[in-house]
Amino acid sequence: MTETGISRSGKFKVPRVVISAVLLAILFAFYITIQPRGFSTYVMTIWSNQGLLLALAAIAQFFVVLVRGIDLSVGPMIALTNVAASHLLSGSLGEVALGVLLVMIVGTGCGLLNGLAVVVGRIPPIVATLALGSLYSGVALLLRPTPGGDIDETLSDALTYDVYGVPTALIALAIILVLVAIPLRRSRFGMSLYAIGSSRDASVMTGIRVPQVTLAAYALGGFFASLAGLYISMLTLTGDPNIGPSYTLNSIAAVVIGGVALSGGVGSPLGAALGAFILKTISALMFFSNLPPLAQPFFEGAILAIAIALGSLGMLRVRSRLERFL
Amino acid sequence: MSTTSSSTTGTGRMASWGVDRSVVILLVASVVVLAGAALESPGVLSVNYLLQQLQIAAIVGILATGAMLVILLGQIDLSVPLTITGTAILATSLAGSGNPTLAFIAIPAGLAGGLLIGAVNGLGVAIFRIPAMVWTLAVNAMLLGITVFYTSGAKPAGAPPSLMVFLARERTVGIPNAFLLWLVVGALVLFMLRRTVFGNYIYALGQSPRALFLAGAPVERIIVGVFALAGLLSSLGGLLLVGYANQAYQGMGDSYLMPVIAAVVLGGTSIFGGSGNYSGTFMGAIFITLLASVLSLMQVPDALRQMVFGGIILAMLLIDRARRTP
Repeated sequence: MTETGISRSGKFKVPRVVISAVLLAILFAFYITIQPRGFSTYVMTIWSNQGLLLALAAIAQFFVVLVRGIDLSVGPMIALTNVAASHLLSGSLGEVALGVLLVMIVGTGCGLLNGLAVVVGRIPPIVATLALGSLYSGVALLLRPTPGGDIDETLSDALTYDVYGVPTALIALAIILVLVAIPLRRSRFGMSLYAIGSSRDASVMTGIRVPQVTLAAYALGGFFASLAGLYISMLTLTGDPNIGPSYTLNSIAAVVIGGVALSGGVGSPLGAALGAFILKTISALMFFSNLPPLAQPFFEGAILAIAIALGSLGMLRVRSRLERFL
Repeated sequence: MSTTSSSTTGTGRMASWGVDRSVVILLVASVVVLAGAALESPGVLSVNYLLQQLQIAAIVGILATGAMLVILLGQIDLSVPLTITGTAILATSLAGSGNPTLAFIAIPAGLAGGLLIGAVNGLGVAIFRIPAMVWTLAVNAMLLGITVFYTSGAKPAGAPPSLMVFLARERTVGIPNAFLLWLVVGALVLFMLRRTVFGNYIYALGQSPRALFLAGAPVERIIVGVFALAGLLSSLGGLLLVGYANQAYQGMGDSYLMPVIAAVVLGGTSIFGGSGNYSGTFMGAIFITLLASVLSLMQVPDALRQMVFGGIILAMLLIDRARRTP
């Protein structure tokens, strides 16, 4: 209901995406004033690159959360695809292109496996993705026990700098969001995703192919995790099997901040991306503030926890306490 | 969820024999693993090796006891790794502080820390209604930040409390003290689950929170209580680990999450909550310990071992699923 701007009681309500966007604008303005180098292409590019990385992880999480699931393997999938990229993304143009395709297949395959465990195996998403995640990070560690590898620098340069002063990452994000948002709002498949998240039973009765659509949501999650894995490779030029853990929680926090309901059926990829940029701007603010560096991991954790707690505050406003035990 | 078919206590058709099915299966599996390992190195059949396994199984078992209580509610505690590490670092730094008063309260302080972490977990889940896997993951991230700040990211200083060394490493009449401690803890938890109102509430809450709420039970307090108890047991396991390893170190709890959940799931406790026997968890911990020990005898890398635990969890849940759907 929030999408139309009219709440259940009929009063006009500001859409969540607008709130997130305003919050991001304020944080960004604050960041620019505190950042010693001010507003420059360099600062914008670094900010956008970091933001895009988390935004891709958040979109991966978004698809799974949308169908009322949760993906605890986002981090491991990013680590695995990053490691795979460090083995595949070098050589001639053709080889690199094939490598990118293979990495995407690896990610989508992992996502599909998650979906199969949940849909066909009927295992709760938490446990399925936790256990499969340990498999993915295990494979990543076996493929590359220590960070290293070779990533094509031409591709990296093309994706991590700017075009006439506009960071390439922002352009890429805009293209991705348009490509995702339109089918999500206009196609049968997109509406089915929202329907399943809102009410599984009603979706079954409507004739939506719930198993297939849910499976596709998990596969899309894996696909976007592979994009995040690829983009990490572009930024770091190495494959690191231990890069994953923080992305799982960060992706969940990003979608919550971006107005995606963990109970499914509500939210948009734009919201998830905004949530990711808000989180990254907060950690950039902390970096340039006077916090002792050793205290930063705690504050990052605390901000994630507060964000998630605030995102769940709606539960405190339910009219009957019984509603909370559905 | 379709937990009704498996009866409330998880005892299936074999209940009439007075033996839990998963206990029998695990017993047979343990013998098979040992026999297989004995073909390679006959030393595994020595009394000393087996007693040593019971010593380690006690640590896994106490951790699994906490995990089981949370899983019985249909929840999950992902903060186990940093509850172990955090409380272990707290206790060793107090014990090694040189101040006799501080050294005296090292163990109570460590356990109180676990209780507090557990209570924070429970409050987030019970009051804010945040999904447990998300909230406990956020708490884990905050604890990681606190330990990094507290130890300045370096190897934690301090000494293990001598009582913990005695409990974890010494033997009484030939039996490892750790195993005796586990028997005491296990007996207390078994009594709580089977003979107290609180224990009945735990099973009932896992079956249907809604029904228990309508019956007038203090649902929130039960959830907080169970999480607090689980935190206490995690810190007890962490303190035993300190005694066993003679030190606390960063990341000491990281490799325990998967095997502990595997032990509980193998023991027949339903991941949906509401059903499970302590005898299953007991045998699950012993089997997982034997398996881990044999794998390390075969010099299987840690990455592969974590994959094995993840694979076991998945396989168990799939088998369970297949058995329930005729």
